[in-house]
Amino acid sequence: MAMNDGNGLPVVTPALTRNDFVSDHDVRWCPGCGDSAILAQVQKVMPELGVPREKIVFLSGIGCSSRFPYYMNTYGFHGIHGRAPAIATGLKVARPDLMVWVVTGDGDGLSIGGNHLIHALRRNIGLKIMMFNNRIYGLTKGQYSPTSELGKKTKSTPLGSLDRPFSPISVALGAEATFVARSVDTSVTHLQQLVRRAAEHQGTAFLEIYQNCNVFNDEAFVHLTEKTVKADRQLMLEHGKPLLFGANNSKGIRMGANFTPQVVEVGDGPGKVPLSEITVHDETVENPAYAFMLSRLDYPDFPVPMGVYRSVKRPAYEALISEQGAAAQAKRPPQADEMDKLLRSGDTWTIAKPGQG
Amino acid sequence: MEAQQPETPRPIPRPIEEVESVVIRFCGDSGDGMQLTGTEFTKAAALARNDLSTMPDFPAEIRAPAGTLAGVSGFQLHFSSQEVFTPGDQPDVLVAMNPAALRTNLMDLRQGGILFINTGAFSAKNLEMAGYKTNPVEDGSLDKYRTYKIDINKLVHLALADTGMSTKDIGRCKNYWALGLMFWMYNRPVEKEEESIREKFAKRPDLAAANIKAFRSGFNYGETAEIFNGSFAVRAAAVEPGLYRNITGNSATAIGLVVASRLAEVPLFLGGYPITPASDILHELSTYRHLGVTTFQAEDEIAGIGSALGAAYGGAIGVTSSSGPGIALKGEAMGLALAMELPLIIINVQRGGPSTGLPTKTEQSDLLQALYGRNGEAPIPVLAAMTPADCFYAAIEAVKVAIKYMTPVLLLTDGYLANSAEPWLLPRFDSLPKFKTHFRTDPEGYQVYGRDPATLARAWVKPGTPGLEHRIGGIEKHELTGNISYDPANHHKMTKTRAAKVAGVAQDAGELLITGETQGDLLVVGWGSTYGAITQATMAMQGQGRKVSSVHLRWLNPLHPKLGELIKGFKGVLVPGMYNGQLVRVLRAEYLVDAEGLNKIEGKPFKVSELCAAIDASIKRVN
Repeated sequence: MAMNDGNGLPVVTPALTRNDFVSDHDVRWCPGCGDSAILAQVQKVMPELGVPREKIVFLSGIGCSSRFPYYMNTYGFHGIHGRAPAIATGLKVARPDLMVWVVTGDGDGLSIGGNHLIHALRRNIGLKIMMFNNRIYGLTKGQYSPTSELGKKTKSTPLGSLDRPFSPISVALGAEATFVARSVDTSVTHLQQLVRRAAEHQGTAFLEIYQNCNVFNDEAFVHLTEKTVKADRQLMLEHGKPLLFGANNSKGIRMGANFTPQVVEVGDGPGKVPLSEITVHDETVENPAYAFMLSRLDYPDFPVPMGVYRSVKRPAYEALISEQGAAAQAKRPPQADEMDKLLRSGDTWTIAKPGQG
Repeated sequence: MEAQQPETPRPIPRPIEEVESVVIRFCGDSGDGMQLTGTEFTKAAALARNDLSTMPDFPAEIRAPAGTLAGVSGFQLHFSSQEVFTPGDQPDVLVAMNPAALRTNLMDLRQGGILFINTGAFSAKNLEMAGYKTNPVEDGSLDKYRTYKIDINKLVHLALADTGMSTKDIGRCKNYWALGLMFWMYNRPVEKEEESIREKFAKRPDLAAANIKAFRSGFNYGETAEIFNGSFAVRAAAVEPGLYRNITGNSATAIGLVVASRLAEVPLFLGGYPITPASDILHELSTYRHLGVTTFQAEDEIAGIGSALGAAYGGAIGVTSSSGPGIALKGEAMGLALAMELPLIIINVQRGGPSTGLPTKTEQSDLLQALYGRNGEAPIPVLAAMTPADCFYAAIEAVKVAIKYMTPVLLLTDGYLANSAEPWLLPRFDSLPKFKTHFRTDPEGYQVYGRDPATLARAWVKPGTPGLEHRIGGIEKHELTGNISYDPANHHKMTKTRAAKVAGVAQDAGELLITGETQGDLLVVGWGSTYGAITQATMAMQGQGRKVSSVHLRWLNPLHPKLGELIKGFKGVLVPGMYNGQLVRVLRAEYLVDAEGLNKIEGKPFKVSELCAAIDASIKRVN
């Protein structure tokens, strides 16, 4: 199989299977956790990437999702709370040949590690960041998170939370991330597709995955994923296709005045809007404002967009660093005595042996 | 006073007085070029084979207004025919280029010292800015010094009147005029300096000519003006022959890291965040990209160490440089590095604390933070540099130990070492021993936490190595597989093993650095930048017949295996430090010894005289 080594370079490796990516650690997530579903899809996609197993590193912070690296039979690094993007940045800069995945959660990535996340995104360092968003703190047993809905009653907020939630997609777009996407733990095929897309992206790929915590925040996304309501409440983004949703794609999103999206009935006839007026999705728009508009669409007023919000080309940070280093070396090529020259840089003077000076 | 024509000196024979050592301080407004004057005068002293030590004193403010107290910049040089350990307690000579410089520096000049004043800068406006109610040049307040009042502004203008230069540009040459006068005062040959000026201004021959003219004019003024009784000479010291350069601690640290990475044949990665007084390490390393060095200015201190640790995991020498407040933020990641047993260098250029404290002043008060400032049982080897040039060797030693023992290493320097300079007898690169770095590639029998029995180090494995894929983290690990383990006996054993590994670094501690006998009345125990002052004070007191010795610790963790035995040979132990007693606590706890602390928490280095007095008092107490 010939695909890429994380940097677009073709490599040939013996065909691997899903089982090659299953580690010898016992999976210790609660039975029924959405994390296990995500793990299964990632393990399924990995062999298709054609990247040798030893060239892949999974790196994480702290939280339920951050146990992920232990279960992948690749190189794995379980770091400290919130700092995975920083550690991964050092690794990727030092070793651009590696494919580096960061697994984080809504607490790890947006609360304690929010600073590292936005800076990784702004630099466009070649990391594939998967944020499992369950809108709760699971490992610490049920406190509200930065994505919990306003007024959420939890162990630490018995009277209801008072802070408005982040949209991880909005945050990522605010940092001008070059690849921003969203999927759901139970959407098997869709999730696999997006993991593949993230793997192929040059620069930082940010993939938010709605993930159900069946112990501390069960059914957090059931209002979107339930079969009977899914078509009406999810907007499946497809590049080059109009923003349509609902049974038989009967509804669509149209741009109103002041860049305000509107939900409209699509079709001919009274009260309906022709298909030509429906916004056509373009994930390659350079200005992140369009994708940001999409990221504000939320239940119950709008369907929630799923898929690739934005995918634009920009040089990856590690490539720029390598180029800069190479240019510096081209200007001042390596010399056998360069260490002695370094030692002698600046003003020097010689003290002669007594009697000679 | 009439201006002298540079071409027609009229030498008047006057005596040359021989002196053993001189401490001179140049001070003026930030724009007066005092750092340049100081460095040039230093070079002349070095060429005359004096031993020397220097200390620049920059204003804390970025661009303080001209003429203000906050804008004063100074440069102190101690040169001698004897061995020199410090930039000197008190200047013997003070050159003050404006009222603000006089006001902020005069209190340091020794009684009866020589004072040069540029009276041309003592305008009503400048006097007011410096906070003088009356003009000190005229009110008699300087009578207790040998004061020379010279209108350097006017003399420079007269000397350069025919150059067609603007008044402003002529004003800029006055530092070379002052330098010229000092060259005469200390009998330095002018030719080399003129050559140096020509080199410095190679692109502007007109400025070179003007500065040389100003320099000669200052020199000739000393030669001809009948206001000086004579000049001075400082004989050559027994300086080791060889190639020298002046080096600051931060520069030595940066170069040491680059050289260490070549000796280890492992690439260097620095992840850092700007902080005073450590930023120059980041700055300097960022100019060495052509040497294969990678620098990364992170979003914060935690990302600085995080990225360095990520690079170390990838097989690079990961380094992060900071100062106290930044080190506090890095604590958790240091714990991760030691739990993952990866090599990492953490540099703390200490400054006054707590909190923001005194960013531009020096202190040693992060010692206990370095030794203990992490959660859990978290031992890390701690190494401290003693002099500016020693920062080079300390950086190499830190890298060597980090790789050999697979551990983070804390390297302590401080603001005083960072910015002070000393002549450094340059080593040749091929004279420095290479050290073995082994990356494991053999999957046969690989245990992630299997250890080398001699060092207890685990193997360094680079991601990308086939067949060695493994997963590790900050959670306690099984003693062999590295898999998560909550087993009580395993945690006990792992904690003991990590401690034993760090204690084992003592194998590489070298000899104890002792000044004097191994028995006597008093042992002075120091570490870090107090080396110069302690050594000089100890030698001075030994010269007065006192039974005092000093020992200087390079490794603070582990302590030297022979230190306990050495301490037993003395009646008393004195532990000076720039903090409120930190090493003294460690020594008392470790050796059950009634050691006494000598604490100075003024953001300034010890004076030799202070230490001599303390040594004297301690010896009286123990006898």
